[in-house]
Amino acid sequence: MVDVTVGVPNVDGSTILDRAKALARFKFENTFFHFVTFSAAITVLVLLSGVILSLVLGSIPAIRAFGAGFLVTEVWNPVTDKYGAAAAIYGTVVTSIIAMVIAIPIGVGIAIFLSELCPQPLRQPIGIAIELLAGIPSIIYGIWGLFIFAPLLQQYVEPGIISFFGSVPGLNLVFEGPPYGIGVFTAGFILAIMVLPFISSISRDVFATVPAVLKESAYGLGFTTREVVGNVVIPYTRTGIIGGVMLALGRALGETMAVTFVIGNAHRVSNSILAPGTTISATIANEFTEAVGSLYTSALVELGLILFVITFIVLAIARFMLMRIEQKGAQ
Amino acid sequence: MTLYDTRRRKNAIYVSLCYAASVFGLVWLAWILCALIFKGSAGLMPATFTQMTPPPGSAGGLLNAICGSLIMSIAAVALGTPIGILAGTYLAEYGSGSKLAFVVRFINDILLSAPSIVIGLFVYQIVVVPMGHFSALAGMLALAIIVIPVVVRTTEDMLRLVPNQLREASTALGLPKSMVIQRIAYKAARAGLTTGVLLAIARISGETAPLLFTALNNQFFETNVNAPMASLPVVIFQFALSPYADWQRLAWTGALIITMTVLALSITARVLGRQRIKS
Repeated sequence: MVDVTVGVPNVDGSTILDRAKALARFKFENTFFHFVTFSAAITVLVLLSGVILSLVLGSIPAIRAFGAGFLVTEVWNPVTDKYGAAAAIYGTVVTSIIAMVIAIPIGVGIAIFLSELCPQPLRQPIGIAIELLAGIPSIIYGIWGLFIFAPLLQQYVEPGIISFFGSVPGLNLVFEGPPYGIGVFTAGFILAIMVLPFISSISRDVFATVPAVLKESAYGLGFTTREVVGNVVIPYTRTGIIGGVMLALGRALGETMAVTFVIGNAHRVSNSILAPGTTISATIANEFTEAVGSLYTSALVELGLILFVITFIVLAIARFMLMRIEQKGAQ
Repeated sequence: MTLYDTRRRKNAIYVSLCYAASVFGLVWLAWILCALIFKGSAGLMPATFTQMTPPPGSAGGLLNAICGSLIMSIAAVALGTPIGILAGTYLAEYGSGSKLAFVVRFINDILLSAPSIVIGLFVYQIVVVPMGHFSALAGMLALAIIVIPVVVRTTEDMLRLVPNQLREASTALGLPKSMVIQRIAYKAARAGLTTGVLLAIARISGETAPLLFTALNNQFFETNVNAPMASLPVVIFQFALSPYADWQRLAWTGALIITMTVLALSITARVLGRQRIKS
């Protein structure tokens, strides 16, 4: 800080005193504000460590009782107090895979449309409309999925899928069974709609980092739009797209309410994706308030810990990828 | 010539698939909104806003749930916003380039997308278990933890948009750094900071998972933060999964109210954010 008193004529003592007081106040405020913002930043770290610590402490009884077998046991029986996470982990992974398989091509397609094909005046409104899909609360997807989407699937779509794949060896096991409407596939499909805007808006952002001169020279050589996108835009932004996909995957893994409504909440691993199942988050949401006995609660907390560890890893990879494309854009 | 034709045909297919993808996205938005309006608007009558949630089979409204949601959201925003803005300030103004800021930014981004049900479990462990009962206080805390990362992120982004000349000019006038931030940077980024708060409100007003085992639910009107409190999302969850037709109707109305609120908030936030960038 500049020493303001230097060179100031010493007119009368009081001014200097005021000045000194003001400077002291400034100095105090400055240090104080720095300290306050610093503590707020530390609070963020404390929160995350608190979350991890409390989940670990809460799941100790279950870890003691079931050990590593918890991860691979399918049984989930509150009556006999035997718990295993296999069905929930399986459901979480399978719904997320279904969601990604549907959402990646469509999300990237929307981003290509918005950044390359869409007429300029329509870009903003369509972009906002797609992003609004991310704003709709997940419970709304749940209620819509349960009352409107699932019955339609059950009546019109699933019987067709079952009979179509019924004669294909291998796939007939994946698509077998009566059409329930609710089940793993429905949950995955709704997750796909929910994470679509994450993939499309991040892809769109990273597409904007491609230098115009690269695209222009490709067009100048006579490339078609498909060739420009496939040979210039996507290779240049691959890391960023993967980052966006991982971010969407993190969302899909932890999504709770929408899935709880439509997955059917059955603790079993079934080969058919049309059958009801459960996910980690749906199990916690459904059973936590009704859980009696410390082992039951602890098993649910351990499920939460597993979910948190999985999403943490996925999100960390996502951030790492996005950071790399940001550095590339800054260069 | 045939090669040229193939390329053109491939391109046409590719382009139409991109168009189809966009239509696909928009169809779901339209379908969900139409379903909400169609199913929910019938319940948009005064009684919904003046009466309590009913027992099955009788008429009622959503007053206690709406009030509960308002109380908890306001408290969560009041608690989470200052922490979020201060932490965002640290990242943008004090910590650029430091290792600590890098770690905080990274952790904050993880918290931003962490499953909200895990936040609920955390608050259950640290608040509900020691207190021995579910309470609105726990619900507020859970929502506040969701508010913080949203506000941190937007605050940092918006403060970074403030031109450095402004800071340099005011430092040259003799203002200490704390006052440069509070009097100059905050003012210049005001619209952006508001955007962050609006986004945070939009995010928490539809959150159900962290409230399920913190604030729980309440059939009655409750302003005591030490007791369980009803909230719109939890009431929707309970009513929608019930077998009673009138409860399900109320759930649809509640869903319509929440969605409209959230969409209005996010559109306002976007418009505000855009103004900031333009100016």
